[in-house]
Amino acid sequence: MHELSITQNILNIVGDYAGRAVAQKVTVIHLVVGELTGFVDDSIQFYFDMLSPGTMAEGARLEIQRIPAEVRCRSCGAIFALEGYKWTCPLCGEVGGDVQRGREFRIDSIEVVQGADLTPGREP
Amino acid sequence: MKVSVVQGILSANDQLAAQNRDQLDQLGICVVNVMASPGSGKTSLILRTLDQLAGRMRVAVIEGDIASTVDADKVATRGVPVVQINTGGQCHLDAPMLRNALAQLPLDQLDLIFVENVGNLICPVDFRLGEDVNVVIASVPEGDDKPYKYPGIFLAVDAVVINKVDLLPYVHFDVAAFRRLVTGMNPGLQILEVSCETGQGIAEWVAWIVEQREKRRRP
Ligand SMILES: Nc1nc2c(ncn2[C@@H]2O[C@H](COP(=O)(O)OP(=O)(O)OP(=O)(O)O)[C@@H](O)[C@H]2O)c(=O)[nH]1
Ligand SMILES: [Mg+2]
Ligand SMILES: [Zn+2]
Repeated sequence: MHELSITQNILNIVGDYAGRAVAQKVTVIHLVVGELTGFVDDSIQFYFDMLSPGTMAEGARLEIQRIPAEVRCRSCGAIFALEGYKWTCPLCGEVGGDVQRGREFRIDSIEVVQGADLTPGREP
Repeated sequence: MKVSVVQGILSANDQLAAQNRDQLDQLGICVVNVMASPGSGKTSLILRTLDQLAGRMRVAVIEGDIASTVDADKVATRGVPVVQINTGGQCHLDAPMLRNALAQLPLDQLDLIFVENVGNLICPVDFRLGEDVNVVIASVPEGDDKPYKYPGIFLAVDAVVINKVDLLPYVHFDVAAFRRLVTGMNPGLQILEVSCETGQGIAEWVAWIVEQREKRRRP
């Protein structure tokens, strides 16, 4: 499993962006993970729970959007989901195709709460 | 407040891989990353290749393993420089590990480096090292359905080596269907059929490797 080092990378990047946004706390992390990558949601969550305490992302919710793999037939141009079709175009029977979606692996965005004392005019 | 993030999760590794690549380009060294399941014949293929290239090219080997030095010990019997990386449980090599290994090799005296990645069809795919050529070995006893189960690796490589073809009479493996599938997935792919047991196809594989190295030779 390599989700340990991956999750550490995610926390580093999140901390970096949260710091630049003068955030006090990160509430949500939106991840995009394609089905063709080797990354497993549950392991990312497991390591996140282990590594996040004490960071700005402590208690944040991980929102993982899984992108199903989609392939474009090189013969007829049909776009079909890989799931179930075993790389065979359902329209013309051609084997293979160009991957359109499913190789994503990125942090799309984070949601943060900014430090109250740093936001002028918003003190209670 | 929502903050969009543009940095890739693997960007730290990718950057270091690019640095490795620059260094190797300057030295004119071609690095071949060999990936496969455990026991598919990575070490056997590297040993066969070393025998064929002896006296023709200056080769070194980097052996990645979760533990033990048995593969590195075998390679060392061929009299080439070899570095063992024990990943300590990690399922793949990464760019920092390659960097450490390169520092232990006589780089100004090399043309080609083989990297035996950790035996695994999933994890090594996402971690660039700074390699020039990516190869996956699919061995006959594993069955011909691996591209369906592990598409990521077949999409990422430059060549697929079908190893253990000496076992084709005993094991069901439809070579024609396998070729059609992986070519459909990745049209630029080179497919080589070999047996590290009998030596069949090894000359063609070595010729392909020599060609890859020539393409990347320092001008
Ligand atoms: N019949 C046959 N056996 C082979 C062939 N190539 C390798 N083997 C055998 O397969 C076994 C594993 O080979 P290795 O080269 O150690 O495989 P590996 O991929 O390096 O294995 P790990 O490093 O443990 O993941 C050994 O017993 C080899 O002798 C082949 O072409 N035909
Ligand atoms: Mg081995
Ligand atoms: Zn079609």
